[in-house]
Amino acid sequence: MQPNNSQVNRRIATISAHLNPPNYSQMEGGSGLGRANCRAKGGSAGFKVAILGAAGGIGQPLAMLMKMNPLVSVLHLYDVVNAPGVTADISHMDTGAVVRGFLGQQQLEEALTGMDLVIIPAGVPRKPGMTRDDLFNINAGIVKTLCEGIAKCCPKAIVNLISNPVNSTVPIAAEVFKKAGTFDPKRLLGVTMLDVVRANTFVAEVLGLDPREVDVPVVGGHAGVTILPLLSQQVKPPCSFTQKEIDYLTDRIQNGGTEVVEAKAGAGSATLSMAYAAVKFADACLRGLRGDAGVVECAFVASHVTELPFFASKVRLGRFGVEEVYPLGPLNEYERIGLEKAKKELAGSIQKGVSFVKK
Amino acid sequence: MMVNILSRERRCIRYTKEKGKILGRENSAAKRVDLKECEMAATSATSFSIGSTVSLGSRGCSLPQKKPFSVRFTSQNSLTSFSGLKAATSVNCESESSFLGKESSAALRASVAPKAQKPNQRSQYVLQPQASYKVAILGAAGGIGQPLALLIKMSPLVSTLNLYDIANVKGVAADLSHCNTPSQVLDFTGASELGNCLKGVNVVVIPAGVPRKPGMTRDDLFNINANIVKTLVEAVADNCPDAFIHIISNPVNSTVPIAAEVLKQKGVYDPKKLFGVTTLDVVRANTFVAQKKNLKLIDVDVPVVGGHAGITILPLLSKAKPSVSFTDEEVEQLTVRIQNAGTEVVEAKAGAGSATLSMGYAAARFVESSLRALDGDGDVYECSFVQSNLTDLPFFASRIKLGRKGIEAWIPSDLEGLTEYEQKALEALKPELKASIEKGIAFVQKQPVTA
Repeated sequence: MQPNNSQVNRRIATISAHLNPPNYSQMEGGSGLGRANCRAKGGSAGFKVAILGAAGGIGQPLAMLMKMNPLVSVLHLYDVVNAPGVTADISHMDTGAVVRGFLGQQQLEEALTGMDLVIIPAGVPRKPGMTRDDLFNINAGIVKTLCEGIAKCCPKAIVNLISNPVNSTVPIAAEVFKKAGTFDPKRLLGVTMLDVVRANTFVAEVLGLDPREVDVPVVGGHAGVTILPLLSQQVKPPCSFTQKEIDYLTDRIQNGGTEVVEAKAGAGSATLSMAYAAVKFADACLRGLRGDAGVVECAFVASHVTELPFFASKVRLGRFGVEEVYPLGPLNEYERIGLEKAKKELAGSIQKGVSFVKK
Repeated sequence: MMVNILSRERRCIRYTKEKGKILGRENSAAKRVDLKECEMAATSATSFSIGSTVSLGSRGCSLPQKKPFSVRFTSQNSLTSFSGLKAATSVNCESESSFLGKESSAALRASVAPKAQKPNQRSQYVLQPQASYKVAILGAAGGIGQPLALLIKMSPLVSTLNLYDIANVKGVAADLSHCNTPSQVLDFTGASELGNCLKGVNVVVIPAGVPRKPGMTRDDLFNINANIVKTLVEAVADNCPDAFIHIISNPVNSTVPIAAEVLKQKGVYDPKKLFGVTTLDVVRANTFVAQKKNLKLIDVDVPVVGGHAGITILPLLSKAKPSVSFTDEEVEQLTVRIQNAGTEVVEAKAGAGSATLSMGYAAARFVESSLRALDGDGDVYECSFVQSNLTDLPFFASRIKLGRKGIEAWIPSDLEGLTEYEQKALEALKPELKASIEKGIAFVQKQPVTA
């Protein structure tokens, strides 16, 4: 298969653009442009991303990886403690994004103004023996406050919500936005990418494949039995599993988070892999915002795929957020039973979130 | 997910041409253009190629640090066009198409590869698809160790990642093992498992130790960290004496000589494979110079020599690339800022630690450079604190060329033609650096290693 002409031409055009780059210092002619009009010093064309909860266990590696992403031009790090330290640390990295830190609720609005993408890892993590739902009370309040800020300052931003329990915090966010009149179902996404990452890793382990080459869709929600890996639909490479493998994999994917909480024995929950997955997902959102075609990821979004108001499935990301929500596709018997179980629990969690705000 | 972590694609044609002079080799940038063109097309290093695998010839997602004619990839270069018949999803943009199967992918690879491989090119570097090295991190559950481990896990050059610490490392390993990159993560806890952690390892990174608190100098950490480093390096000498050893634990000016003494006493010392990691100073210098002079960071490269504490950090602003002129105040301001940047972060964190994320990033960049050098890349240059003849001091940080056997060349050109300010600063730092080195050596000679 030979590359066709347009691809070759595109490549050549890009090569020559790099060979003769625009020389910024000459172009701007000294003090021509006021600071307000310049792109930030050393910054590249890109998007403005805010991380709310940047000094936490997920937030810190997340901030480091986002600082390294060339699609990010401005990075705002917000938290209620320790934000200046993390900002000073990250600001020394020699990549293009400009970093600013914001400490405390009084600076929340400043942190959010003008943002294109807001990532929310804020909240407390699980300890051994806890379910994601046990975090509800604390994290629900945190998410509500942060979303009120978003509704006020950057209503058009894409929101990636990580704070658990995602099954409830996403409906909470939706209700807050609805109250403020800024709800856009295309721009609110719960991050379930870590389930996909885990599914890919475990399936690759079982099949002896390169985990980069595996793609398993994971639908439903982001807690326990609501996580539904569709192993029959695993597209690349196409393969079939024995029933034992299906049971093992489904169980392991559903409890991957608990696996890490136990291994950390009280020191926290998944932070590094969550940061990795969140960055992968944020990068997909940014590529969609930039206009790339064919950016498809699983996410927990407002959805008509089932009778539930929210459901995770494959979505296509584009300039306005979620452009298309894909239906579930063919499910086998095992998955259909799993789907019913998932829907029951998910309905409860969604309702819990909605009632929290309505109260 | 292969991350081009540290491929700061830099335009280094100018440096390469100089390098050609230094090493007496002819390096035609022109020849490399061809190679790069194909490499560029072939690599999956898109903007920030998360989720991208290198398919065709698996050229490095991790582009060599200082390739001549390094190109920054924008999304247009994403390999979606090459990866198969269907539009790539973002999860695995650049993996080989499942439609084609292995034979066709191989054929596709073959059709692109020959153009890129010119057998008569001396520093021909092709990142092998199976490039796979074992890396051990001693102190992996700490503030630097965790983000460092994450970045190494994401590197396509690593097959096995061994994480060691005295506590908490099981959790970190379980966490990282869920990332869908091919490297395998193993955890080792406590002194009894240290030996197993190190067997067969190619690169050992040592961030273990305690960090500074506000008001402390790096030297205040000496007593605790000296013991930690001594113990760990003893184990390295026993289990993987041929590995590259990267020392991060402060004070680097003393812990590197400590490591050297330990290795000497064990009879396995190879001065070409012992490195003190000063990459963070280079990273900071690049950042501050780019901010000051409104340059694009991708172009900026400032060599930093001397040591890794206070005034022993000497950024050679006159040798910065691209060459810019600084006023005397700017030189003063920048030099002081670079020297105290570590303290800047310690103060900002107000007791919560010292630089962890930027240190993890810088250390990972240095590890990737080492892995590329191990893999045969002939164009790897980094600044590092090593045993050196460039000055009268036994150890000195300068730019070095890395290769399969460690340091291939110490680059003296940076130290020639210094400005007056830099010359003075160089003389001023030597006594302090000498004292730190001797402190480290004396520490080991007082308590000889257990055989």
